[in-house]
Amino acid sequence: MTFEQGVFYSLAGVTVFSAVMMLLQRNPVNSALFLILNFFCLGGLYLTLNAQFIALVHILVYAGAIMVLFLFVIMLLNLGDDKRLTEHLGMRMYLGIAFSVGLLVELLYMFGFNTPSSYTQLSPASAEMGTVEFIGKVLFTKFLFPFEITSFLLLVAIIGAVLLAKKKIVQ
Amino acid sequence: MEISPVIEALIKIIVVIFFILLPCVAYLGVQLERKLSAWIQNRVGPNRVGPYGLLQPLADIPKLFFKEDIVPAAANKFVHSLGPLISLTIAFSTFAVMPFGDTLPIVVNGVVHNISLQIANVNIGVLYVLALSSLAVYGITLSGWSSNNKYSLLGGIRSSAQMISYELSLGLSIIGIVMLSNTLQLNDIVKAQSGYYLFGFLPNWNIFVQPIGFITFFVAMFAETNRLPFDLPEAEPELVAGYHTEYTGMKFGMFMLSEFLAMFAAAGMITTLYLGGWQAPYIEYLNLSPFVVSLVQVGAFFTKFALIVVFFMIVRWSMPRFRYDQLMNIGWKVMIPLSLLNIALTGLFILKPIHTWFN
Repeated sequence: MTFEQGVFYSLAGVTVFSAVMMLLQRNPVNSALFLILNFFCLGGLYLTLNAQFIALVHILVYAGAIMVLFLFVIMLLNLGDDKRLTEHLGMRMYLGIAFSVGLLVELLYMFGFNTPSSYTQLSPASAEMGTVEFIGKVLFTKFLFPFEITSFLLLVAIIGAVLLAKKKIVQ
Repeated sequence: MEISPVIEALIKIIVVIFFILLPCVAYLGVQLERKLSAWIQNRVGPNRVGPYGLLQPLADIPKLFFKEDIVPAAANKFVHSLGPLISLTIAFSTFAVMPFGDTLPIVVNGVVHNISLQIANVNIGVLYVLALSSLAVYGITLSGWSSNNKYSLLGGIRSSAQMISYELSLGLSIIGIVMLSNTLQLNDIVKAQSGYYLFGFLPNWNIFVQPIGFITFFVAMFAETNRLPFDLPEAEPELVAGYHTEYTGMKFGMFMLSEFLAMFAAAGMITTLYLGGWQAPYIEYLNLSPFVVSLVQVGAFFTKFALIVVFFMIVRWSMPRFRYDQLMNIGWKVMIPLSLLNIALTGLFILKPIHTWFN
């Protein structure tokens, strides 16, 4: 086993472990912590694929911003009592199990039986693709229209957030 | 004789932690802060242990280690211990990409080895630093929540709101520099600040090229390190001691250590991004050998770094704390528009450099 394979298997193991633990934890704060660990391992996996920009932006946006707000809300609501949370399930739980089993079968069919037996080395061109320069160039030339649409969508979301948070002026 | 890159990195990590960071925390941090605060308040400060009180930090560290470690009965025990560890790890990690100097030429058996004075020269240094500063919230928020104390929880929540708000202007101010130097590598950003600006004698440092960005970055860094005008998370008149109320012994010591390290990381980043990093101006007129030049550059880095640290301390001991609504107003209504203005102005000056304006 090469060094790269060792890094990959340990990261992949922790990723799966933390994802499972996130689902099994009763305490919502512990679940959030395992999800953060999961994001870190995913960032590490991106790094092994030479996608440095995606790796760091993943950690910066998901672990650094979104999960902080998640934790913030969980702490403020203090959802210690898990009995109230399980009440509403039932029918939905069985549906969920059916769907996830379906997804698992699909994934196994797609990747489980079709993977090449040996690891192929990354080409130098694909190593180039992960850099910030390459992503910036492609984003502002080839994918300019989707990029602008996305930023427009985000702008709409920002305006919506400001409108919701604004103080109501009583006449 | 070739050293493998892993061993070289390990040697550098050990040197940086044990010969730079820990002595810096003990003397430039704890001791100087106590002495400076004493001078500012017309006191004497520590002067009993050793000559001029110089051995005081060595007496304080064993004291912290031997104090009783108390975990509140109603606390979430695991997260309570995890909090200081997260803070400390993140505070140390920033120094992995800090360029302390360019390269040190060392001659072994007639062969010149250029040793880079940076632990890891990663491609995305600036993003790495931003990612770490956005993760620093976790240490404070988690320890505030897990202590199961209302004061701690308020401190933790305040810190997450404050740090998220100021991260935005932190990131936006750096964009101006990235636009100018066309790179995210910290060592290349320092290299881009060589040469002279205006009239041929002012060094081409980003503080002169990007004055607005410097101010917004500096203020945002104060807020990120939770130091005095922005120390809302531990405001002692309102919150006892904020997020670290329930910590004792070395766990409290770890918070103190990480706070000082965060301040050093902030000073190092300000030096690297805005004050020319290891650039020593006018050194090319002295005709020194490359080895001496390299040492002088390391000295230049640490001089600027120490001056910024002293400035941080003087501000801490002479300014009152902001009220919470003032803090949020400054962050969202002053800092972010200013840093956006800086980006627009930088773009304008890149498209039409200043010497082409009048002809």
